[in-house]
Amino acid sequence: MQLVIGGLANGCIYGLVALGFVLIYKASEGVNFAQGDMMMLGAFVALGLGNSDQLGLPFGLAVLIAVFLMFGVGWGVERVVVRRIFGQPQFALVILTIALGFSFRFVAGSVWGYTPLVLETPFAGTNLSAGGVVISLADLVTIGVTVALTAALWAFFAFTRIGLAAQAASQNQMAAYIVGVPVMRINALIWGVSGAVATVAGVLFATRGAIDPNIGLLGIKAFAAAVIGGLGSLPGALLGGLIIGIVEPIAGRYAPGELAIMSPYIIMLLVLVTRPGGLFSQVQAKKV
Amino acid sequence: MRVVFKKSYDRDIDLHEHWQSRGKMAVLAIIMIALPFLVGNYYLAEAANTLIWALAGMGLMIAVGHTGQVSLGHAAFLAIGAYTDAALMNLGLPFLIAFPVAGLFAGLFGAIIAVPAVRMSGIYLAIATLAVFVIVEELVILLDPITGGVGGIMAPSISIFGISFDRYASLSNFYWLVLAVVILVTWAYANLLRSPTGRSFLAVRDSEVSARALGINVTRTRALAFGLSSGVTGLAGALMGHYIGFFNYELFSIFISINLLLVVTIGGLGFIQGAFLGALLITGLPQLIAILRDGLNANFGIDLGAVPGLDTMLFSVLLILFIIFEPTGLYGRWLKIRTWFEIFPLARRDMFRRQKSYLKTERMK
Repeated sequence: MQLVIGGLANGCIYGLVALGFVLIYKASEGVNFAQGDMMMLGAFVALGLGNSDQLGLPFGLAVLIAVFLMFGVGWGVERVVVRRIFGQPQFALVILTIALGFSFRFVAGSVWGYTPLVLETPFAGTNLSAGGVVISLADLVTIGVTVALTAALWAFFAFTRIGLAAQAASQNQMAAYIVGVPVMRINALIWGVSGAVATVAGVLFATRGAIDPNIGLLGIKAFAAAVIGGLGSLPGALLGGLIIGIVEPIAGRYAPGELAIMSPYIIMLLVLVTRPGGLFSQVQAKKV
Repeated sequence: MRVVFKKSYDRDIDLHEHWQSRGKMAVLAIIMIALPFLVGNYYLAEAANTLIWALAGMGLMIAVGHTGQVSLGHAAFLAIGAYTDAALMNLGLPFLIAFPVAGLFAGLFGAIIAVPAVRMSGIYLAIATLAVFVIVEELVILLDPITGGVGGIMAPSISIFGISFDRYASLSNFYWLVLAVVILVTWAYANLLRSPTGRSFLAVRDSEVSARALGINVTRTRALAFGLSSGVTGLAGALMGHYIGFFNYELFSIFISINLLLVVTIGGLGFIQGAFLGALLITGLPQLIAILRDGLNANFGIDLGAVPGLDTMLFSVLLILFIIFEPTGLYGRWLKIRTWFEIFPLARRDMFRRQKSYLKTERMK
């Protein structure tokens, strides 16, 4: 049970990073491989603003400013780089974002160094126990924030004008243009939002341990989560994250450690082979 | 501008358009063969390294450049090739058997992976290959008795018919061996591209639907291309193992996959020449940085060595610039410059304009 709770919180973080993937996929049918590094950068920005030996702002304020800053970073990345390859094949974006991820890692590494740092949070080390199961407050906050954020984003896509316009833009750019959707502006906005979501994920990740510039590699695992859930489905991303988060520690307990590392990818391959569109599939048969 | 007078239909699919380009290839080959007499041991080793990278790049080029299947996990096939070769040679098999078997094994593995993977398209395939990469990496650690696990494995020195091809003792022999493999593969690759199989690769890349309409079995073609691609990469991996001498799983990291992708993208997607240009860049640039670093340090007292990860940063910035400004890579740029000179006053900028395609969803076609 203890494993499951810890896994649940871990899975929420995967799910949050996966949300960032899904956001961008939903709006522009592209995949941002730098999402994990955006999460890392967000966590470091929050750390730089909030830690007492750096700028020393109060925790809440620091996180808020970090979220806004990273919204700007995501938006800026779209404006400066991604927009220029508009209309090119998809894999151009894949390679581009991988390179971007490396750049983010370099920036974070040269500003904050490569030694692990700890983010100071108000709820570190507090534990609650209920029925023999110990839950740390950080885990509880993680789970709560994730659920709230997923619901909010889902509502955004389902009910608001901008959300619907973003979906339209992803389904057929040309047609979206014709009916008056500002495709470019919406793309920039969605990139910004995914930067903000990545920051939240990064901060939550940082509450559970030290961070260093290489935690961005977690993005690959989160990516597996997004694929398991079906790219393009927000609840699916969360579910995928939870599956991975729970399976990983259990596999680590009862099987050799290497198998635990492999397990997310094995699940992902199985899902890809049996249900190529993911669990919440949106792929329909191709018609010519 | 040169007029080529074709006297037979075969000339249409000849590897070389006219005798001059054939001659250029011959001159290049002769220079490459004579290289051990021209340069010192250090640069010869670097040349061998470049050739190995070019071989791996050609492997990836079959998949990415000519069939349009992005693979983020080609380091896995490098690893399979290297480990198979080293393990077989440690069992006492001669290089001449172990080397092709290593390529074959990597190719078969790739083809088996490909059968489910090629049914996915675009982004999903890239992800699947990434997953395969992670799985192979962990398998290498798990299969301790064969691969040496975390500790690593030793690639024995090569000897064929009693002649030593050791990496250190007889470097020029090793270089010639690598060169021979590269020339053979290049020749086979170029010929493959003018065969019906190769043409079907291109057809699948450009439009899957029209390829299917022309009677091409898309799934089989893509699986074949992926298998060939991983096989060639496996060969490169085996050579890389011999070049490094002693290696463990860390040699084949995700960064190698990315670097390979860099080789084909910067070199020029869809051109064999691109793989070579890209390999030259990726092995040459660190040397250049090292030289620059020493120069800056000695003359201006700027210590770039204190900034870790600068190489990776430079590579990624370069990659971003190429993707944005020159998606056809170095070779594409060269083609543009050459055409400009060949048809001198007539060149116009729009001759090479890329066609933009508006995105339509893959989800609801």
